[in-house]
Amino acid sequence: MPTSPAIAGSAGPFFLSAKDQKVLGWLAVFLFTAGCIALSGRIAWLGSYPEVLILPIVEWINQAEDVIVATTKPFFRAIAWLLDHPMTWVRDILHWLPWPALMLFAGAVSYRAGGWTLALFTVLGLGYMLVIGYWEEGMNSLSLVAISVPLAVLVGFTIGIWGFVSRPAERIIMPTLDVLQTVPAFAYLLPILILFGFGPVVGLIASVLYSFAPMVRNTIVGLRNVAPDIIDSGLMSGATRRQLFWRVRVPTGLRQLLLGVNQTTMASLSMVIVASIIGGTSDIGWEVLSTMRKAQFGESLLAGIVIALMAMILDRVTNGLATRRDETAGGQTWILRNRFWVIALGATLAVALVGRIVPILMTYPETWVVSPAGPMNDFITWFVVNFQPAIKEIKRISLFYAMLPLKIGLAQTVSPFTWGFVWTGNHMAITVAGLALLAFAGFRKFGVNAAAAIAIAGCLFLFGITELPWPALVAVFTMIAYRLGGTSLALGVFAGLMFLLVSGAWEKTMLSLWLCGIAVIVAFVAGSALGIWAAHSNHVSRIMRPVNDTLQTMPLFVILIPIVMVFKIGEFTALLAIIAYAYVPAFRYAEHGLRNVPNDVVEAARSMGCTPNQLLWRVKLPLALPNIMLGLNQTIMYAIAMLVIAALVGTNGLGQQVYIGLSKGDVGIGLVAGAGMAIIAIMADRMCQAARRRLEAPDQA
Amino acid sequence: MTSQSQVKLRCRNVWMVYGSNPGRYFQSDDHRNATDSFIGKLRDEGFIPAAIDVNFDLLSGEIFAIMGLSGSGKSTVVRCLSRLVEPTFGEVILDGENLLEASDRELIEIRRHKMGMVFQNFGLLPHLTVFENIAFPLSLQKIQDSELRVQVERVIELVGLEGRESSFPRQLSGGQQQRVGIARSLAVEPEIWFLDEPFSALDPLIRKQMQDEFLRIQQLLHKSIVFITHDFLEALRVADRMAIMRDGRIVQIGTPQELVFAPADDYVAQFTSEVPRIRVLTAGQIVEPIMDAIVDDTRAMPVAPMDLPVEDLLPQLARHPSGVLVKGTDGDVLGIVTPDGVIRSLSGVNRASASPISLPDPV
Repeated sequence: MPTSPAIAGSAGPFFLSAKDQKVLGWLAVFLFTAGCIALSGRIAWLGSYPEVLILPIVEWINQAEDVIVATTKPFFRAIAWLLDHPMTWVRDILHWLPWPALMLFAGAVSYRAGGWTLALFTVLGLGYMLVIGYWEEGMNSLSLVAISVPLAVLVGFTIGIWGFVSRPAERIIMPTLDVLQTVPAFAYLLPILILFGFGPVVGLIASVLYSFAPMVRNTIVGLRNVAPDIIDSGLMSGATRRQLFWRVRVPTGLRQLLLGVNQTTMASLSMVIVASIIGGTSDIGWEVLSTMRKAQFGESLLAGIVIALMAMILDRVTNGLATRRDETAGGQTWILRNRFWVIALGATLAVALVGRIVPILMTYPETWVVSPAGPMNDFITWFVVNFQPAIKEIKRISLFYAMLPLKIGLAQTVSPFTWGFVWTGNHMAITVAGLALLAFAGFRKFGVNAAAAIAIAGCLFLFGITELPWPALVAVFTMIAYRLGGTSLALGVFAGLMFLLVSGAWEKTMLSLWLCGIAVIVAFVAGSALGIWAAHSNHVSRIMRPVNDTLQTMPLFVILIPIVMVFKIGEFTALLAIIAYAYVPAFRYAEHGLRNVPNDVVEAARSMGCTPNQLLWRVKLPLALPNIMLGLNQTIMYAIAMLVIAALVGTNGLGQQVYIGLSKGDVGIGLVAGAGMAIIAIMADRMCQAARRRLEAPDQA
Repeated sequence: MTSQSQVKLRCRNVWMVYGSNPGRYFQSDDHRNATDSFIGKLRDEGFIPAAIDVNFDLLSGEIFAIMGLSGSGKSTVVRCLSRLVEPTFGEVILDGENLLEASDRELIEIRRHKMGMVFQNFGLLPHLTVFENIAFPLSLQKIQDSELRVQVERVIELVGLEGRESSFPRQLSGGQQQRVGIARSLAVEPEIWFLDEPFSALDPLIRKQMQDEFLRIQQLLHKSIVFITHDFLEALRVADRMAIMRDGRIVQIGTPQELVFAPADDYVAQFTSEVPRIRVLTAGQIVEPIMDAIVDDTRAMPVAPMDLPVEDLLPQLARHPSGVLVKGTDGDVLGIVTPDGVIRSLSGVNRASASPISLPDPV
């Protein structure tokens, strides 16, 4: 670690070098931690944060909510009433349309977006919905998406323009979007429910609120990134401000705007599915959830596949339309230019009219429905029964040798039943001494940071994150933040942690942090390793791409289904689900980073006689490190997003609190837990960014 | 250029200083003469003077090249002239009116009718076809379809893009794209034509072709042109007069010949030293009086115009080793050029005095 004279001169007592300061800082933190641990048995408030110091934030929120609801209810109910109408219309249209007409139209749009393959995929996907018997439910969900996407795009585009025009506005908009996107969607379902009333309209509003953010971002980027030459040429062509905006900027940035529409659509679908947890609407999300609760995994999986198919079709189609290159010349008249759409709409209408007359085309006959749910359930039962020992063994090993020690510490985990011996003071002494030696060796070889990392990992394993005294954890986290991003980041992290303490969410947060942390480590290591492999093998890359695409486009809780089927509910299942979702960005960024290492550098290294191993570790990985760090950052974000969903299958922690709030109708609990998750997410994000900045410009950090 | 040319555009004491509110430094007379101490003060306080006290006149129908390396301020100057950037100080007088005082509305009108501009990276709109791109400035003015079509077809023919009307820019080569850019800038029949490094993004061979094309178009249209380039040879090829810029200042203005044979300072001399004189030198500059002894032979000699570069004279000299006659713009024979004379002048040796040749008086 290069020490720059700037740091040495800028902070701390003048007689200490920067390196000495660092060492002393960490030593102080660890002495403090050791002190806390030693005293926590005697001083109760060190072990757990004293309840008298917890502010009744939950009650405050609930009181405020009562007032707000009382005063603004008519207003919000009016909005709900207004939105209810277009929603009903779209739903009626979708139900009025005979299924062949919708298939034809969807096929035509898909053909336009991605050629025959996509058209075939879309028609087959819709066919699956029909044959398996989920057409009604699918259409109900689709009608919500169909109305929420235009609304979200409109809202997002308008706000985006505002942010584009005014820099001060942008400075307000961006952090607000950060918060909107990191607070788990469940947390604001309840306030919406209370303000807007019951019913599908809640799903719609939640969906709009959740999905307009990417549109804002893409609008600002799209409008801003138009090449200066193009703007100048527009000006020199004599464009007025209005003409410059609508005829130069918007069409030139259109591709970015359409990518915004794509992201908005995906977010909207995902939220529509999540919102079905409220129930009361017979949509496809509810179908998955209710069958999963009844342990009818066959049905659940079949319905989950419908969602996955819908997501994939919507993604491919919107993405295809966004990136499509129009190679055909424009015709002379409007009809000629748009002949494709004229014909497609005409044909759809014709088929619709015929379909209204022929009953089979109108509603798919019930007797034709083929549902393999029964045999599937039988198979799952058979599988679980036959592989019971193996499944149990996997769960047992990961629980006792990794998950539990990190949660409550080795001292409480190790027992004759689990590890085969009794944990004694001697064991503790030997382990601590070993760790201290290891940390010292790490310090000699790699420096302070390595030693600190070893010491932190050791503390976590020995004592467990939920058992470590809170002042020690606050000190460690703040110190890490200070090392990564300086005083301001340290202050931010400290404030965030204090909020968690004061609001009484600390214990639940630590549980969430524990689960999330393990998931992130596994997902990041496995994802990066796979990504590195894929960067060196086109074969692996080709096989993994559709897998990753599918995992990323699928609404989150579909991922749960197969895992719950095998491992039943519990924390281990939640962990696997989080890993399954969160490894994808680690994979992608690692592959991208390695594949984009400049070729001339690789050639130079080869010509110097690098072995493939040296090439990877000493050339490619260091160069790809910023990208890999970006992958870590995203992995953390994904893990936190999945954490709430995973709480559906039984975890303790903030995710569970959000559900408790939702089921009890307690806005305060839900919002505090949601805010807690947002705080973790934002802290983790800022720390990752700080780390990346240090990597990219080590001399300026 | 013997006729009394009119000044089309006058650039007077134009300054462009980047930074927050540099205008306050121009309220007093400190900036007069653009002293080094004044510039130094600006730089010290974090301002970036991109154009420093720029003065020149653009004559009607001439090609005025501004040549400079990257960062010398040449692009800034042309953007000040078109008001794509607002100059910090100075006047840009177009047909007697100060452009910098024009309202937004007036400026748009001026750009719609009097100015055309060509950009280094073409600045084509990716979502429009070639035809629609060229028609774009006209369609902004809501010109009728039939009239617009006539105008667009005229410039498409002018730049030789027939048959590509319905292609999209990305389907064209760089040279073709710049033809679209040129056609678009000419569609409104501008009086002043700004070309900002129009050929710099092109391959050398295409660049040469496009320069020829450009000169051909100018022969037909006689626009008043400001041509920005970082390529000294390109400037020599196209310019009637040229300015050399360095660190935001114009260091010399003159005809290509003046710059080559009388560089104002070492900086300009660095560029000119690389220039093959044979390209710059014209027949008129090395013409010698006809000696009585060989006067009989002159009837069989070919006649060349006085502004013909010596390079192009060589093939004729090869065929007629005894010499080529040179005639002035009024048609009178000025004298004779002989292979000996060419060798002497290229090597910089005068026959009589054995000293470097001197220039005839500029216009």
